[in-house]
Amino acid sequence: MAEATAQPISFGGKTSVPSKAWQLLAPALITLFFLLVIPMLIIFVYSFYLFVDVGVDKPAFQFGNWIEFFTDGYYHGAIWTTFRIAITATVVCAVVGYIPAYFIATTTFRHKWLLMLLLILPFWVSFIIRTFSWIHVLGNQGFINATLLSIGIIDEPIKMLYTEGAVIMGMIHFLLPYMVLNIYVSLEGIDRNLVSAARTLGATSWQAFREVTLPLSLPGLAAGSLLCFVLSAGTFVTPQILGGPRDFMFGNLIFDSLMDELNWPMGATLSCVMLIMLGSIVLIYNRIMGLSQVYKSFR
Amino acid sequence: MAGPAGAVELRRISKSFGSVQAVKSVDLTLDAGSFTTLLGPSGCGKTTILRMVAGLETPSDGEILVNGNRINEVPIHKRNIGLVFQNYALFPHKSVFDNVAFGLKYRDVPKEESRRRVAQALELVRLPGMESRLPSQLSGGQQQRIALARAVVIQPDVLLLDEPLSALDANLREEMRVELKKIQRELNITTLFVTHDQEEALAMSDTVVVMSEGESEQQGPPEEVYNRPASAFVADFLGYSNLLEARVLASNGATTALELTDGVNVNADSANGHFGHAQVKLVIRAEKIGIASEWDGSNGDSILDGTVADVDYLGVTARYFVKVGDLRLQVIGTIDEHPFREGEAVKLRIRPRDCVVLGSA
Ligand SMILES: Nc1ncnc2c1ncn2[C@@H]1O[C@H](COP(=O)(O)OP(=O)(O)O)[C@@H](O)[C@H]1O
Ligand SMILES: [Mg+2]
Repeated sequence: MAEATAQPISFGGKTSVPSKAWQLLAPALITLFFLLVIPMLIIFVYSFYLFVDVGVDKPAFQFGNWIEFFTDGYYHGAIWTTFRIAITATVVCAVVGYIPAYFIATTTFRHKWLLMLLLILPFWVSFIIRTFSWIHVLGNQGFINATLLSIGIIDEPIKMLYTEGAVIMGMIHFLLPYMVLNIYVSLEGIDRNLVSAARTLGATSWQAFREVTLPLSLPGLAAGSLLCFVLSAGTFVTPQILGGPRDFMFGNLIFDSLMDELNWPMGATLSCVMLIMLGSIVLIYNRIMGLSQVYKSFR
Repeated sequence: MAGPAGAVELRRISKSFGSVQAVKSVDLTLDAGSFTTLLGPSGCGKTTILRMVAGLETPSDGEILVNGNRINEVPIHKRNIGLVFQNYALFPHKSVFDNVAFGLKYRDVPKEESRRRVAQALELVRLPGMESRLPSQLSGGQQQRIALARAVVIQPDVLLLDEPLSALDANLREEMRVELKKIQRELNITTLFVTHDQEEALAMSDTVVVMSEGESEQQGPPEEVYNRPASAFVADFLGYSNLLEARVLASNGATTALELTDGVNVNADSANGHFGHAQVKLVIRAEKIGIASEWDGSNGDSILDGTVADVDYLGVTARYFVKVGDLRLQVIGTIDEHPFREGEAVKLRIRPRDCVVLGSA
């Protein structure tokens, strides 16, 4: 958070800092403007177009798409599902991710980089393939059911695949490294002497953890949670591969509008809604926590 | 707020980290209410000793006793020991009040009394009314005082200080030195202080323990350690000394005649060490050697002829390197008008009582 109010950098003692800074930023800003801001504006404009027929739309300025979004409960249900799945996945990631993060941060094992490598290893396999792999774990003939059936604990396969649980499982699988990395970064930054100090003052190791380590790692936990929440709320691949017909999230609605119904104006409207929802969450987070912790884990 | 002073005893305490022997069989006794300093270069095992007393490291061997009771097996949080870290280790997310009151929380001190004791501790370190500040809003010196307040408010049996002054700038360091000593006297608390700064050690301690490579080289009052070094390491580490090889020529009960090199002889007090060997190591402090163009009357002092080879002008004093025969002696002399110049012929006066012979030759 201190980084956000960093000292102005002086370039060779000259006072023309802003112009120099702008020059250096220009390539990035121009790229962002043409590849992000302009396309988003186009999508926003598109949300007012009129849908005529599959794949056909007409330039217009009308609120039909927006009215449909605000009045149709189908969309609101999807928002609710999206939040429920994203929050569940985030909370589970936070709880489950804290343990390896704490372990990596506090271990005296000399080759920490190996543990970090293990954490990053999954990124070497495509996200889609990793998601598909759950079919072989959770399916009716999958690893879990096959094992349980063969040792006779169950007579019939348990339905695990194509449920909301499977979607959440797949998301956790993909989000966990982000969470672990963020928590690790904040744990790593805590002075070890603080816990020692708490111990000498009379705290047990659990009390020292609760009073010192946990509160000081909250920024990392919050940053990881934000990242996990935004990434999971925005996905459409995981529910499409692992979810049942009723387990659609907001991203799936957008995908369907654009790719199946070829209703671009509606797809554009829903995209705007998604952007506003997730954008607001990031802004609220920024007001409370500041975003600088999020950048730390990418350094 | 007189803390219950505790006597501490370390018996043949050792600590190894893998193949590194950080502390080697150190014996140490801290009298109740005394101020003892571990002095030694970085890496000699000072912090490790403190951490073992606090319980943050487990000794590989030996016993630690507080008030006569063995505490090796007592967990850290039950030891009642105050530790001030080199970097203060204040809890950055807690206010000054919560920092200082932290230890009281685990001692079932009622809220009202806790508030009173925190206020008292802040008074003691001369930072009253700072309760609501955050550590980040304090200067280095203030953080240091808060760390001290946090350690003493629990009325520990022993106060451990790990180079608490080293992070402060020079002026503040001297001021805190005086103040720390005053607080220690006021609380009459048994204190084990760690430093690599000899001035600090000599100025503050009742007992100085000079350490080298995990071993205790010498323990004693500051004057004794300074004037009667027990080993070459101590002589070299404290102040400027001349460490010389000498041959015993003749000895009677009072003085011993020593030959330093061809034709350069000095008389040493026979009480200043063992002269049983033919070959001994002689220590003479640089400031104990007199330097002048002429000395009158000798009454047993040795007068050596020398030539100034090098001068290090320090203002009030000067450090000379004087060639005497094929020896090079360090001499610190006060300056009258102007220092001796390079190449100038001088006479050095060495008194028998300033010649200390090391225990083992
Ligand atoms: N946790 C540790 N693991 C391995 N070696 C250590 C550890 N702590 C200290 N040492 C080693 O023990 C020796 C003494 O260290 P320390 O007590 O910190 O010295 P000092 O405080 O006198 O500078 C050093 O060689 C140091 O490298
Ligand atoms: Mg140290």
